[in-house]
Amino acid sequence: MIGLEHYLTVAAMLFVLSIAGIIINRRNLIILLMCIELMLLAVNFNFIAFSRYLGDETGQVFVFFILTVAAAEAAIGLAILVVLFRNRRSIAVQELNTLKG
Amino acid sequence: MYSYYLTIVLAPLAAAIVAGLAGKQIGRAASHWVTIAGVGISCILSLVVLKNMFWGGAGSENISVYTWAVIDGLHMEVGFLVDRLTALMMCVVTFVSLMVHIYTIGYMREDPGYQRFFSYISLFTFAMLMLVMSNNFLQLFFGWEAVGLVSYLLIGFWLKKETAIFANLKAFLVNRVGDFGFILGIAGVVMFTGSLDYATVFSSADSIAAQNIEVFPGAPWNAMTLICILLFIGAMGKSAQAPLHVWLPDSMEGPTPISALIHAATMVTAGIFMVARMSPLFELSTTALAVVIVIGSITAFFMGLLGIVQNDIKRVIAYSTLSQLGYMTVALGASAYSAAIFHLMTHAFFKALLFLAAGSVIIALHHEQDIRKMGGIRKYMPITYWTSLVGSLALIGFPGSSGFFSKDLLIEAVKDSHWQGQGAVYWIAYLSVLLGVFVTALYSFRMFFLVFHGKERMDAETKTHLHETPAVVTVPLILLAIPSAIIGWFTVGPVLFGDYFGDSVFVVAGHDVIGEHLAATWHGSLGLLTHALMTPVFWLAASGVFVAWFLYLKRPDIPETMKTKFSGIYNLLDRKYYFDDLWIKGFAAGGRGIGQFLWQKGDELLIDGLMVNGTAKAVGRMAGVMRQIQTGYLYTYAFAMIIGLTALLSWLIWLR
Repeated sequence: MIGLEHYLTVAAMLFVLSIAGIIINRRNLIILLMCIELMLLAVNFNFIAFSRYLGDETGQVFVFFILTVAAAEAAIGLAILVVLFRNRRSIAVQELNTLKG
Repeated sequence: MYSYYLTIVLAPLAAAIVAGLAGKQIGRAASHWVTIAGVGISCILSLVVLKNMFWGGAGSENISVYTWAVIDGLHMEVGFLVDRLTALMMCVVTFVSLMVHIYTIGYMREDPGYQRFFSYISLFTFAMLMLVMSNNFLQLFFGWEAVGLVSYLLIGFWLKKETAIFANLKAFLVNRVGDFGFILGIAGVVMFTGSLDYATVFSSADSIAAQNIEVFPGAPWNAMTLICILLFIGAMGKSAQAPLHVWLPDSMEGPTPISALIHAATMVTAGIFMVARMSPLFELSTTALAVVIVIGSITAFFMGLLGIVQNDIKRVIAYSTLSQLGYMTVALGASAYSAAIFHLMTHAFFKALLFLAAGSVIIALHHEQDIRKMGGIRKYMPITYWTSLVGSLALIGFPGSSGFFSKDLLIEAVKDSHWQGQGAVYWIAYLSVLLGVFVTALYSFRMFFLVFHGKERMDAETKTHLHETPAVVTVPLILLAIPSAIIGWFTVGPVLFGDYFGDSVFVVAGHDVIGEHLAATWHGSLGLLTHALMTPVFWLAASGVFVAWFLYLKRPDIPETMKTKFSGIYNLLDRKYYFDDLWIKGFAAGGRGIGQFLWQKGDELLIDGLMVNGTAKAVGRMAGVMRQIQTGYLYTYAFAMIIGLTALLSWLIWLR
């Protein structure tokens, strides 16, 4: 029987994977964005798992909202990326270090 | 009389404002007319005031004009105390000032700063009148500082001349030293009486004298002695007494009319006037009087000696002014206030005359001031010659001249004072004033002979232009020569012996040499005159003139050989006893050294370097280390955020 703990484990694994992706990836900005999306999905996973476990549908409704907002966010993120590429002719993370002190 | 006093004071001020602010618009002639009119009005009204006092029997008046401020019961007022002392001073100031105004038309004729000059001398007259007519210490101080300011402006009147700028700064700074003492003295008066008003202060003089003050713990001083000495330090600065005399000879860098008006006849006598005005205070402290008389005698004798080696015509007269101021100070110290003021008056006339005559010679020689390049001017400038002779004779106290009456009686007063049985003080004072007579005669006639007699040492070019100066110059000379010659005759009796000053000068019973000793042997001016041949004063003066004649006309080679033989003494005199070096290299350089040290070490190193910039630099250095963390890479920030988040969450979960 697949219980709550299995779902939570999957969600945790996804979350840690996305963190690792953000930290380890040093080249591609798109992968960074994807990792952030993955993080959100891991959280959503938790939402659905708990909603089912507690028998409360509100959690599932929230997931829809979050997915919608995440989609919009991804669109904005990609748009920024395009503008960035136009300006700098590159989206390599190593070269984006103007914040260096 | 109230409106009279206001007019006397304000007329020169109004004239000064008109000539100073609108001088360019109204032109040169109108500028001198308006200032002469202002001072002329003052002079006439002052004479009326004096006449009312002297013949009309008018009493003294103490009027408060305006209350400027009241702070904690301390009234700061503008007011006039017009008594016989003041009336005399007012007449001397306005009369000499009027003469100098007229003279200036001739002397400054070609100067571009003509209007400015007239404005300044009128302003000076206003300030000096405020000083002498004051009825409180605050207004006295105002006048005191205002005359100092005008003196500063006028010494540096030729503001492109470097020596003049040095001289006016020097005068200003040396006067600050004196004023420091003066204002402390006023502060002492306020501290003990809580009032600035003369009348209140004088009436509580006894209570001040009964108190002690501990300036240094464990050493109580008599309050009156301290106050009087501090006030006298102010007088030393303004009246150029040793060792604060150094500014007066240098002030001769200014135009000659102001040397006559400010640095000989009026402003420098402010200190003498002030001490006489404060006689109710000074009389109660014998220590202060001893200081006064010793400082005065040192100045009277030693400054006179310096006049013998000077070659600048104006500086010779300047040193003679120092010496004569010393005489007046000695008289003050001997409690012979009326003798001091009497000498002040006669001195104002003959010294202004001598300066203006010197100025007349200077104009004729196209601004040549070196007496070694003069000589034999007598036949070219008869009026200047005769008036100078009158002035010089008055200065040395030739019997019959005004200087004779004042100086002779001054010396008699010092002699008879026996200075309270204090042998040392008495001999210092008496010997200095007595030997001073010889020295005075020597330097006055050295200058007189070198300028007007002997070989003509100027160059041929100058000699062709040499002629008598115009009437605007010679008329003031004549008008000053008249009082210089004769004023002693009819004023000596009433002023010194006829109770002229009444209660405006206070002398403790037993100190009053003039009233108690000299009056007993007083038989009128003629009596004094016939007695003159039997006094050492006359013979000392005569021998001074003779020595001057012998050394500088008969055998001019002797001074030269003496100069080389006694080069040590000559150098000492030529360098003015190294007083200038002491002040400039000692105090001024020391002050600059301290300033340099505080600037470089205190300000630049400690405050700027360590405190202000040091803090900023420390922050910068720390930031330099900190910013190494900021790589600028996105993943570093993300990593830091996640680590932080993890740490925070862990703390929330486990450690709380």
